[in-house]
Amino acid sequence: MEKELKKSVIGEPMDRVDGRLKVTGAATYSAEFNIPNLTYAVLVSGTIASGTITAIDTRAAERAPGVLTIITHLNAPQLAGYQASAIAANGKPNYRVFGGDKIFFNGQPVAMVVADTFERATYAASLVKATYQKDEHKTSLEDNLANAISPSRGKDYQRGAIDAYKTAPVQVEQTYMLPTEVHSPMELHNTTAMWDGDKVTVYTKSQGVKATQQSIMNTFKLTDDKVQVNSRFVGGAFGSALRTWPHEIATVMAAKKVGRPVKLLLTREQQFTMVGYRPKTIQKIGLGATADGQLVGITHESYSQSSVFEEFTEGSNNVSRFLYASPNVTTRYKIIPLNVGAPAPMRGPGEATGAYAIESALDELSYKLNIDPIALRLKNYAENDPERNLPYSSKYLKECYSIGAEKIGWSNRSQTPGAVKEGDWLVGYGIGCGVFGAHRGRATAKIRINADGNVNIQCATADIGPGTATSMVLIASDALGMPTDKITFELGNSAFPQAGQQGGSSTVSSVGSAVHDASLALKKKLMELSGKTESDLSPGNYTDIIKQQNLPYLEITQGSQGGDEGSKYSMYSFSAHFCKVHVHSVTGQVKVVKAVAVVDAGTIINHKTAGSQMIGGVVGGIGMALTEEALFDDRYGRYINGNFADYHVPVHADVPDIEAVFIDKPDPVLNPMGTKGIGEISIIGFAPAIANAVYNATGKRVREMPITPDKLI
Amino acid sequence: MASKKPDNATVSDELLNGTRRDFLKQSSVLTAITLAPTGLVKAAESGLDEKIAAVFEKIPVSLTVNGVKHDVSVEPRVTLLDLLREQLHLTGTKKGCDRGQCGACTVHVDGKRVNSCLSLAVMHDGHHITTIEGLANGDELHPLQEAFIKHDGFQCGYCTPGQIMSGVACIREGHANTESNIREYMSGNICRCGAYPNIVKAIYEVSKGGQKV
Repeated sequence: MEKELKKSVIGEPMDRVDGRLKVTGAATYSAEFNIPNLTYAVLVSGTIASGTITAIDTRAAERAPGVLTIITHLNAPQLAGYQASAIAANGKPNYRVFGGDKIFFNGQPVAMVVADTFERATYAASLVKATYQKDEHKTSLEDNLANAISPSRGKDYQRGAIDAYKTAPVQVEQTYMLPTEVHSPMELHNTTAMWDGDKVTVYTKSQGVKATQQSIMNTFKLTDDKVQVNSRFVGGAFGSALRTWPHEIATVMAAKKVGRPVKLLLTREQQFTMVGYRPKTIQKIGLGATADGQLVGITHESYSQSSVFEEFTEGSNNVSRFLYASPNVTTRYKIIPLNVGAPAPMRGPGEATGAYAIESALDELSYKLNIDPIALRLKNYAENDPERNLPYSSKYLKECYSIGAEKIGWSNRSQTPGAVKEGDWLVGYGIGCGVFGAHRGRATAKIRINADGNVNIQCATADIGPGTATSMVLIASDALGMPTDKITFELGNSAFPQAGQQGGSSTVSSVGSAVHDASLALKKKLMELSGKTESDLSPGNYTDIIKQQNLPYLEITQGSQGGDEGSKYSMYSFSAHFCKVHVHSVTGQVKVVKAVAVVDAGTIINHKTAGSQMIGGVVGGIGMALTEEALFDDRYGRYINGNFADYHVPVHADVPDIEAVFIDKPDPVLNPMGTKGIGEISIIGFAPAIANAVYNATGKRVREMPITPDKLI
Repeated sequence: MASKKPDNATVSDELLNGTRRDFLKQSSVLTAITLAPTGLVKAAESGLDEKIAAVFEKIPVSLTVNGVKHDVSVEPRVTLLDLLREQLHLTGTKKGCDRGQCGACTVHVDGKRVNSCLSLAVMHDGHHITTIEGLANGDELHPLQEAFIKHDGFQCGYCTPGQIMSGVACIREGHANTESNIREYMSGNICRCGAYPNIVKAIYEVSKGGQKV
């Protein structure tokens, strides 16, 4: 008979169920399977930003030892589901890997070499010589604003009077720039593919195996029983593995061509061009307020870069429509197609960029008004969603402000910049708020209880690091009333029941609901079989019922989705980020010395992993504000810092102790657990908190991220 | 490889730019090996030259990994990281950048932390290597492995083996006596998930605990 739980385990700080695998090196990421007869692929990156391949000489490479094949646009196998036409349905050029001689961006793959060892493939790749007819390229956002176009998504928005801020007695009108940031997960993007007849098995870095499976099915015109995709452990992604990239298709193609398993790892440099990034944005904010700080109008105009072959929209304006109760809001958005690789959603897509601009501008307004930045936020607090005229399903942002202010020591802050010093260091305090939609998608879980009392749950969701399996075990434990060590959760296999991608902070809400509902369905089935009522049934009975029925196990597959909550409520997670910075009065060095993130994300399933997620987002915010900038040399249209030595992600020495605080009150609407979402909200708002703290310390407003010492001295 | 340039001054440009197959075919004439040229060409076409070359190009290396002696034969260009991952199938040591900038590939070589991606396998003849797979004592985890689980010193887990190997070395070096020292001496190990505060807590706790690491 199983132990019975006396109280809910929800919220318990539980160690990760896969922690032991991760600390012993036994967790197998997708490039780490010992596959017999494996071959190695290396991609050759193009070296111009725009033009045509006139010739590609592979003779030397073909004769290099161990080479099995070299695929270029001249000999690439035709794929049934790949559009062959030069122009896609949307009227843009059709970029397909090895699909033609056109070059759209620097670093575009022009050849793939497959050899029997990694070293031989790498060497042979160095022998491939492409020659080009260069066309004029455009890679600078600033220089090409005149070419801005209105995208089909990301429409302009108007509430009340147009540009009403211009009529207000106190105004702020400023432009803010965020450079291109690259996701840079520690695990390099990789794919291994192997065919067995007309079936293909793929191990790849993916935030959603079902979506990857679908892409491969579409491209190779295969049915789902012919495509198996696995991605059990993912070494970080932050959005970069939300789509099936050309290199993944190329690997599947190559494996078919050579008739052997093929493994491809992109290089770190190729991570900068082939798997997306947060696009550079230029944002113009206009704020108008009355003398006592009531917002009259907000205007938010954004420009962001996209590739020439796709429209990528960064929803940076969205946040300005509802974060504050302004009667008049105008947003305008345009994209600038450039000869750059395709952007991709990166942690807090849209909101992280937008919050940087609006939260910086609001801080500027607070100094013009001489009102404390928290007081200014409270003055314009939106009790209901002003964009949709709906109540929030839950909103505890005021509590976030007050807790954060207390914990950071806001009372030590001076409204006069540069007034507080500690030794040689100028001291500043800053606040930035974050908001991100709370979503619940459709998901299905299969739950099985064995006669020995062990429960196994399967779902084709992903885990890029937040601890999905651990949270799911807690949710099932709570719903079944069983101890966590009796429950296992499996993910990352396309043969498992459907789930969306791990993105948009929606996994616990979506998959957790399916696990919750499947657990309840299992209990209901046990009641039916035994004739027991809900009050009679206890976890101690589960195995007895199965044995009485002479069953080896009992299994239920249960789908789950939300209803029409979204039409009645606005559902968002909220965060208030606080930081204290030191700025060296001589060198301009900025150190974040303390950080506090207070979060209204509904019920917290596991305080330990949720805390880590918050801390991680804050570290991402430190990178956004202080270190990260992917730099182009526009003469060649090429990154000059495509590596970890030159593109600076925060390291240990950049990161102080960070405190994550959860309001931990259930959302009554979104899902049965009362959760909202954490992944995005952790980073959204932290970069402006730093920028605002730096101003508070120095009186210098840096409006081009990152804030490097040269901008302060 | 093709870069093996013969010293002979009469060698043509084509030969210099050619591949090893061309080289073997033509240099055989130049160096007057007793084998008939036609036979050599035939051998080259059947791939025999690659097999012969593979023997000459590979260098025997004897190294001990996690207490197990391995006698391997590797090309000089194979990194210690790729030897571990691709030939010995010890994939706990991670490839994050392949150029010594991220620390995910950190292992111990004769007790010192080393970026295995910057180190050629042939340099380690006779050396003792410890990887993350060799840190625990059977089922009993190393104290720092335990501390990483307790303090949740990771999310995706990809940098974790490198952080732990580096952290153990950091403690042994005596650089883990304060949290700020740990931050400084661990800065070669990047964690993009941003688990740094928890990693520092884990290392500091083990360092303070005074256990043998």
